[in-house]
Amino acid sequence: MQIPLQTYRPVLLKFQSLIALLILCVAIGLLSDKFFTVANGWNVLRQISVNVCISVGMTLVVLTAGIDLSVGSVLALSGAIAAGLLRNGIELPANNLYIGFTVFGAIVAGLLTGSVLGGFNGWAITRFNLPPFVATLAMLTIARGLTMLWTEGFPITGLGDSFTFLGTGWFLGIPLPVWISGGIVLVVVLLMDQTRFGRYVYAIGGSESAARLSGVNINRIKMLVYTIAGGLAAVGGLLVTSRLDSAQPNAGTSYELDSIAAVVIGGTSLSGGRGSILGTVQGAVIIGVLNNGLVLLNVSPFWQQVVKGIVILLAVIIDKSSSRND
Amino acid sequence: MLIAENITKRFAGVTALENVCLEFQAGKVNAVIGENGAGKSTLMKILSGVYPDYEGRILFKGQPVRFASPREAQDGGIAIIHQELNLIPYLSITENIFLGRELTTQWGMLDRKAMRLRTQQLLDRLKLTVSPETLVAELKVGQQQVVEIAKALLIDSEVIIMDEPTSAISESEVEVLFSIIADLKKANKTIVYISHKLDELFKMADRFVVLRDGKSIESGDMRGMTHDDIIRKMVGRSVHAIRRKVGSELVKPLLTVKNLCLKHPVRTQENLLKNISFQVGRGEIVGIFGLMGAGRTELLETLFGLHPKRTSSTIELNGQKIKVNKPADAIEAGLALVPEDRKKDGLVLGLDVRTNISLTNLRSLEQGGFLNKTKETALAKKYVADLKIKTSSEKQTARNLSGGNQQKIVLSKWLATNPKLLMLDEPTRGIDVNAKNEIYKLILQLADEGMGILVVSSELPEILAISDRILVMSEGCLTSELSVDASEDEILKAAIPQTL
Repeated sequence: MQIPLQTYRPVLLKFQSLIALLILCVAIGLLSDKFFTVANGWNVLRQISVNVCISVGMTLVVLTAGIDLSVGSVLALSGAIAAGLLRNGIELPANNLYIGFTVFGAIVAGLLTGSVLGGFNGWAITRFNLPPFVATLAMLTIARGLTMLWTEGFPITGLGDSFTFLGTGWFLGIPLPVWISGGIVLVVVLLMDQTRFGRYVYAIGGSESAARLSGVNINRIKMLVYTIAGGLAAVGGLLVTSRLDSAQPNAGTSYELDSIAAVVIGGTSLSGGRGSILGTVQGAVIIGVLNNGLVLLNVSPFWQQVVKGIVILLAVIIDKSSSRND
Repeated sequence: MLIAENITKRFAGVTALENVCLEFQAGKVNAVIGENGAGKSTLMKILSGVYPDYEGRILFKGQPVRFASPREAQDGGIAIIHQELNLIPYLSITENIFLGRELTTQWGMLDRKAMRLRTQQLLDRLKLTVSPETLVAELKVGQQQVVEIAKALLIDSEVIIMDEPTSAISESEVEVLFSIIADLKKANKTIVYISHKLDELFKMADRFVVLRDGKSIESGDMRGMTHDDIIRKMVGRSVHAIRRKVGSELVKPLLTVKNLCLKHPVRTQENLLKNISFQVGRGEIVGIFGLMGAGRTELLETLFGLHPKRTSSTIELNGQKIKVNKPADAIEAGLALVPEDRKKDGLVLGLDVRTNISLTNLRSLEQGGFLNKTKETALAKKYVADLKIKTSSEKQTARNLSGGNQQKIVLSKWLATNPKLLMLDEPTRGIDVNAKNEIYKLILQLADEGMGILVVSSELPEILAISDRILVMSEGCLTSELSVDASEDEILKAAIPQTL
């Protein structure tokens, strides 16, 4: 019996990235016997969780037809601030003052750092009507510079077991970073699907003028979106810092590219208004599995980059050709 | 001159054209008539080479042709002038006309002199008295259209297709266009003319073809046809023109605007709107007429809080002073605005019908911070049924609906806010006769229920058909207030700028 293409085509389109992921897994599994092991599975998921956090925030930004190039630098500064405060506290010799930080305090400070930097992006974009590309490009170098100043160019290490537990610990048999990124995905999916905020994000990306006329406070929503993106980059920064037990001054370099890739592979349109968080998660998993597979197969790092680029191209081409028939 | 035989075109399962047969004759104005979605634009895209992929065949000057691209069609002698003009704003008229066909000297350099000379000849022929060096951005829409026609003449097109050429130009520019068309006719060109405006067709067209649901229904001579004949062929049944009984009872004032001014965004000492004062009563339909640039759209935008930094005015609603600094304030106060450009400002085209309808009203659909989707769907279903929106379901993407149904979605999303005053900017632009009448009926019904209505339109018949009272604007001033018995002459006289 032959099923005509028309009948299963919509199903194929809906699950195209899942199908791609499945094919990828089977292919790597056939080539390497280390791929389908429990240890490797958790390893992949843990590696992915940082990119998932950043990419979820990036998805919100891209849905409003914006872009955030600063996430990598914001990640680095947030991690470094948390690590620095935890390790050294704040010393003000002039006033003979010393403020120490608990792990919790340091984490809050890290998250605040990211949110404030993200909020600054949003403010610059809405207040001065700057293109997001330019505003966040500026923040990319500002935050990187601040990281260098704060760390004086050296890694901050020796952060203690209770802090490193965040990135390396397990809970109910699942790595903690997976819990954290999974929780974030769940919350943001609810936010996007079930609340006014989510609707407004899609509406702004689809047509900013129509959203404005409908009474949507465009600037406030955009401020929120960039603040969330910064905050989620900070979560990524805390995870990275904690896993390595070290805040590296050059942490997160070019992470914005991986997260934009995850967003795009996940089917979110760079012109805004169309896409989903779950799509982005799939995109991040595809990139993670690909990275892991190429390492397992002993492909040279140089070739890995080439392959990744080709995958991004293919994903966008497939997405374009399928959405044209909508 | 141009004959189409059994043209069929399908898009992903949808048949847009089915066995369309028609003939366009040289030296005549051939009108293509049909409701939105009847297949007019698809047909034009096939004739002009945009869709090379179709069934059937086209005979041009007796020879079968199949154009693979717009460029091929142009070289063959078929030019199309789109509703949205295809000119590059910051190039001069000459550069636009010769774009892609530049003349060069023997050294391979641009031959500016020859191009300017040729452009001048074309502009003279079309009686456009501007320099060929003028940037297109500085021209009025009507003048830009003339440039498009010049472009078609440059390549010596035998067939010129015009898609809704009068939809964006003022009455005086329409006269210029019509005299150009008459000249082209004398030069034995084949004019294919697409328009919703029947009056124009009776004035200009020699022959007509009616398309309905992708099929060619009938063609023939325009002479001897009446309005009703044509409308019946378009919709397949006859429609009654509607006219409201003017209420004699006193209307209670709903909206009072006093001394509204709007500054020019750049030249701040200049006012775009000057000391405008008027009232709209409860249950009253006030029509605002004016030519292009009279400030009608700006007036509605200002009332809706889109230009808070450049405005000064006193606005009262139901006797209470209101302060509108942003659209959210306006909505809160009970105003609604159906904007002129529904695809850009009225709707989020990529979202579905339901989401578009609820967008103005999400706060009331919230429960404990989450949206109640059952309520949302019920809201959308109610309006889809009430306004007879033709859609496969409320989950259909707005982009896929016809213009009339899109406009009904825009109306729905505003009615869902329970406005006291509904402002409509060109509510039936680009909408077919049938949907137009439905929208008129709805407007009358809303007024009967006590809503105040402010309609801006550049179509006089529309203003005369539905208004209780007519305000006329010219160059940012309110020049006249007339009753609905006013003659068209009176209204036009008030609308024409005096400072010419």
